[in-house]
Amino acid sequence: MTTLAATGVFRLSWLLLAFPVFGAAVLLLGGRRTDKWGHLLGVLMSLASFVYGVIAFFALLGQTGAGRSQDLHVYSWIPVNGFQANIGLLIDPLSICFVLLITGVGSLILIYSVGYMAHDSDRRRFFGYLNLFIAAMLLLVISDNYLGLYVGWEGVGLASYLLIGFWQFKPTAAVAAKKAFIANRVGDVGLSLAIMLMFAEFGTFNFPGVLDSAKSGGTGVTTALGLLLLLGACGKSAQVPLQSWLLDAMEGPTPVSALIHAATMVTAGVYLIVRSNPIFNASPTAQLAVTVVGAVTLLFGAIIGCAKDDIKKALAGSTMSQIGYMFLAAGLGPAGYVFAIAHLLAHGFFKAGLFLGAGSVMHGMDDEVNMRRYGALRKFLPITFATFGLGYLAIIGIPPFSGFFTKDGIIDAAWSKGGTDGWILAACTIVGAAITAFYMTRVMLMTWYGPKRWEQEGVLGGAGAHPAYTEPQIPHPHESGLTMTIPMILLAIGSIGAGAFLIIDERLQNFLAPVIGVPFPDHGIWSWPGIIALVLAVLGVGVAWAMYGRVAIPALAPRGSVLTRAARADLYGDAFNESVLMRPGQWLTRLSVFFDSRGVDGLVNSTAATIGGSSARLRRLQNGYVRSYALSMLIGAVLIVAGLLVVRL
Amino acid sequence: MSPASYVFLAVILFVIGAVGVLVRRNAILIFLSVELMLNSCNLAFVSFSRLRGNLDGQVVAFFVMVVAAAEVVVGLAILMAIYRARRSASVDDANLLKN
Repeated sequence: MTTLAATGVFRLSWLLLAFPVFGAAVLLLGGRRTDKWGHLLGVLMSLASFVYGVIAFFALLGQTGAGRSQDLHVYSWIPVNGFQANIGLLIDPLSICFVLLITGVGSLILIYSVGYMAHDSDRRRFFGYLNLFIAAMLLLVISDNYLGLYVGWEGVGLASYLLIGFWQFKPTAAVAAKKAFIANRVGDVGLSLAIMLMFAEFGTFNFPGVLDSAKSGGTGVTTALGLLLLLGACGKSAQVPLQSWLLDAMEGPTPVSALIHAATMVTAGVYLIVRSNPIFNASPTAQLAVTVVGAVTLLFGAIIGCAKDDIKKALAGSTMSQIGYMFLAAGLGPAGYVFAIAHLLAHGFFKAGLFLGAGSVMHGMDDEVNMRRYGALRKFLPITFATFGLGYLAIIGIPPFSGFFTKDGIIDAAWSKGGTDGWILAACTIVGAAITAFYMTRVMLMTWYGPKRWEQEGVLGGAGAHPAYTEPQIPHPHESGLTMTIPMILLAIGSIGAGAFLIIDERLQNFLAPVIGVPFPDHGIWSWPGIIALVLAVLGVGVAWAMYGRVAIPALAPRGSVLTRAARADLYGDAFNESVLMRPGQWLTRLSVFFDSRGVDGLVNSTAATIGGSSARLRRLQNGYVRSYALSMLIGAVLIVAGLLVVRL
Repeated sequence: MSPASYVFLAVILFVIGAVGVLVRRNAILIFLSVELMLNSCNLAFVSFSRLRGNLDGQVVAFFVMVVAAAEVVVGLAILMAIYRARRSASVDDANLLKN
């Protein structure tokens, strides 16, 4: 990996961070004074970053060779002898993809939020946090070293926490924010340990330094690094075993779910793995761990998505599952990196579109999220229906929509890996594709088709800032305004075309080649595993139609099978954490407290009590009466004399 | 009268003095008892001197008298001071160092 010192337009790459940081600072420090125009400033700053990103992208296309990795040294953060921590920004093919995704999708979602949050008295604060998030996320992807990446990594964690708990007056939102923060901490420990290990082994944090050393480093070090980075990635990307926070994170406003918990932040783990690809290439063990995590999570999330009645939680399960696909692809090595990134970008479009669609439905349905109270909404929200439908076709992988190209690439790459593990991974991805088709069709049918269940049942609301109704109310579903529909339309266009654009002619592969290594030999668009997956996906659609389209959907969820109940309870992820981690932890603290109060304190206190007690007894001898002292003297003298007499006689 | 009778008398006087010291509370009476004990010792010394036929015991008796005289002077002075301060001659009331 070689980089060049930044020249020309790349010398301004700090602007990418400066715009959103400025926006966040003005909005958060300016307070209520900025309420009137704050949201516009937020959108403007994000758009400004996007414009710079586009300019930098085209400038990058004009470069060749090492010129495609433009490194801008911003300043020396900690210049100490033997420890050089610099803040530097790296614009290369991989980071520019993320820059465009973050600022592009981010700007669309900010525009959407102008309409979505219009009635919220704290809209300005919301935009301040979103700008903070965009700045942190950009720092994460364009930093040229792991330390800067870590700063961004923690920054997005903070923004995620603030935004999940945006309606902090709702206890569920406050708890969900804490849960997300703590689960992320566990992963962050892994990342910080990885960075310390890098410095201890290679003496540097810079990507070129670390990654070149990793190629020649020992297997033990690269495996340890790979596994620690994977732990960090699992926390941020909600992969098993650190998956439990993502479903609860849906307590945040829907644009947050779309931007942070679907399109960008949760994919940071994939970025981390692909960016660190030489480390994983050098360690088959770490790669295997990544594929296992990916395969388990893609089925885990998909199964959860099948049973959720809450539209946002169903989509969140789907997000976990799709990121599982990306992890699996990233674990396949050079054959899979490009598909991981392609799927990530395509997913950014269609999943953000789906979430914004869900938000639009909630907007028209008094903040109701229970799909059992939806139905027949396609007539009332035609634009949302169309964009949601395109996102749906993209995610289940129907050609020629974007999911087809990117997901089939992953399935094909897993298949081509060969061996038993290749078979198992390919089987997981194919089954996952079928389940994806099932649960997404379920969401489609429950939301848009069937009878108007909201007319008979009414809605309770409660997913937004306002408390739930105590009695069901009949909503008046209506299409959202232009600020909300235009972003959805643009994202839908991305859902249609992104996959084909990125995969056909190997555009993304050739573009990313300097970062992710040798291109993978082309297998063509159609491959047998892909066709099997497509057939199974169609089958999944059919099963879902038989279960949710053909028959009426009860207003109250039926008890369901064992698997349904397990999926409804997030496959007992919380119960597992509670019984395996929380309860033993509580016992450990109780034991420590007992040992401290009874053991350590007991020893000290009993010593003191013994001394105190015996001195209290001894004190009685010193009663202060001269005659008692005289008596003891007399007795002593008599004893001595008696003793002398005994000895003499 | 054999000298041994004086020794027995000395023992009786000493015991009376010791009991007086132990049971009395009035400082003056304790003082008197102490004097009684000292003089019983003197009597014993003198008796033993007579029994042994040398003058050592009599010499010691003089020393004891001198020490007793000095002790009485100092002790009575202290007693006066305590009485003035505490309005009492009881040894139990001289308890300022206690607690």
